[in-house]
Amino acid sequence: MKRYFKVIGAVVWKDLAAELRSRETVSAMIVFSMLMVLVFSIALELNRGARESTAAGVLWATALFSGTLGLNRGLGREQDRGTLEGLLLAPADRSALYFGKFLSSWVLILAVQVVTVPVLSVLYNFNLAQPLVLLSLILGTLGYTGVGTLLSAVSAQTRARDVLLPILLLPVSVPVLMAGVQSSGGALAGEPWSELMIWFSLLVTYDVIFLAVAVMVFEAVVGE
Amino acid sequence: MITIAGLTRSYGLRPVLRGVDLTADAGSITAIFGPNGTGKSTLLRVLATLIRPGGGTVSVAGCALPEQSEAARSLIGAVLHGPLLYSELNADENLRFYARLYDLPAPTARIDALLERVGLTRRRRDPVRVYSRGMQQRLAVARALLHQPQVLLLDEPYTGLDPAGTALLDAVLREQAQSGAAVVLTSHDLEHGLALADQVVVLARGRVQLATPSHEFTPEAFMARYAEVVA
Repeated sequence: MKRYFKVIGAVVWKDLAAELRSRETVSAMIVFSMLMVLVFSIALELNRGARESTAAGVLWATALFSGTLGLNRGLGREQDRGTLEGLLLAPADRSALYFGKFLSSWVLILAVQVVTVPVLSVLYNFNLAQPLVLLSLILGTLGYTGVGTLLSAVSAQTRARDVLLPILLLPVSVPVLMAGVQSSGGALAGEPWSELMIWFSLLVTYDVIFLAVAVMVFEAVVGE
Repeated sequence: MITIAGLTRSYGLRPVLRGVDLTADAGSITAIFGPNGTGKSTLLRVLATLIRPGGGTVSVAGCALPEQSEAARSLIGAVLHGPLLYSELNADENLRFYARLYDLPAPTARIDALLERVGLTRRRRDPVRVYSRGMQQRLAVARALLHQPQVLLLDEPYTGLDPAGTALLDAVLREQAQSGAAVVLTSHDLEHGLALADQVVVLARGRVQLATPSHEFTPEAFMARYAEVVA
């Protein structure tokens, strides 16, 4: 078991160290997020009341689309430079490799949200950094990244991966989008926990199911 | 150390390996030659556990493939077409990363020794992206040797190496064979391969057409025989 976590730690360390040096992926994700926030802000020139009702939707659309960029880069870049074979040559459990790639992508997606949430709060003129909104983001991006890492392993083996990943990932992410928007929108509107619980339960259920499925099928996906 | 019998492998409907039989002993160097597209890289990828055999039996370091692939991986070192290195990391960091994947305890001394052996000690802190192709190839060899594999697989390992790098790799491969490893490499350089290897193999049309001890041929005789076999 110690060895399993050592492999996960090695992959996460390697991905984050490489990203810290190049800043290619995270800077592209942040710029894309800022542009999306700006576009929504201009397109939906709304009054304060209407902004409160759409803020959660904008937040989640931004998180999912910028997340797709990061997920595309993760295993896609390993495939492009041939280092995926280096990972697969190692005598390591494939699921440990999966968890390593998943965690490093999740950290990047959350890091982008650390920038996006304050900017969105300023542009929409109210505080989005509320505990339940953040919890919703953490749970939602967890499952989204989990299934995204698996699907990026599928799309990385094709030449059309930039197009294929969103096509595969976004339909599967509808439950996350729905539960994320409802839970964070409800939290912003001050709805009681009893009303929000069902959406948080859906997020947790999605996370558990898709992480379990991803762990089970990752080896078959990267097997050849 | 490596035993292959009746190995087949197709890509879609196109058969690449059509029944390969081959043995490579511990402590020997086997050089595989053949025209482009004849299945040399596919054969090495099967042995490296990266792709599954379509049929036949394959045993590497006592592990049957694909059933015992995970156990085999800890005994196999591979240098493939790409160097399998991370360009943002330096040589030291790349080797430390792979040492963690292979669960090597206290790898510092091993990394120091390997970097010294491949002549990269002074450049160990430079990011790999500034390395020349030859330097990357030398680091790739160090990466493959990190866990002291019993089987060393090299797919055209001399690509990008200058004469000094070629001599260095020759010496490293001989050391590995002398220490008991089975070394299998593919090459297009018949004369150099014949001089280096203990066994020469010609793969053509998806089958082993010739497998013989290298001392049975002079370079000229081997080139003539090769031309005849692949014609």
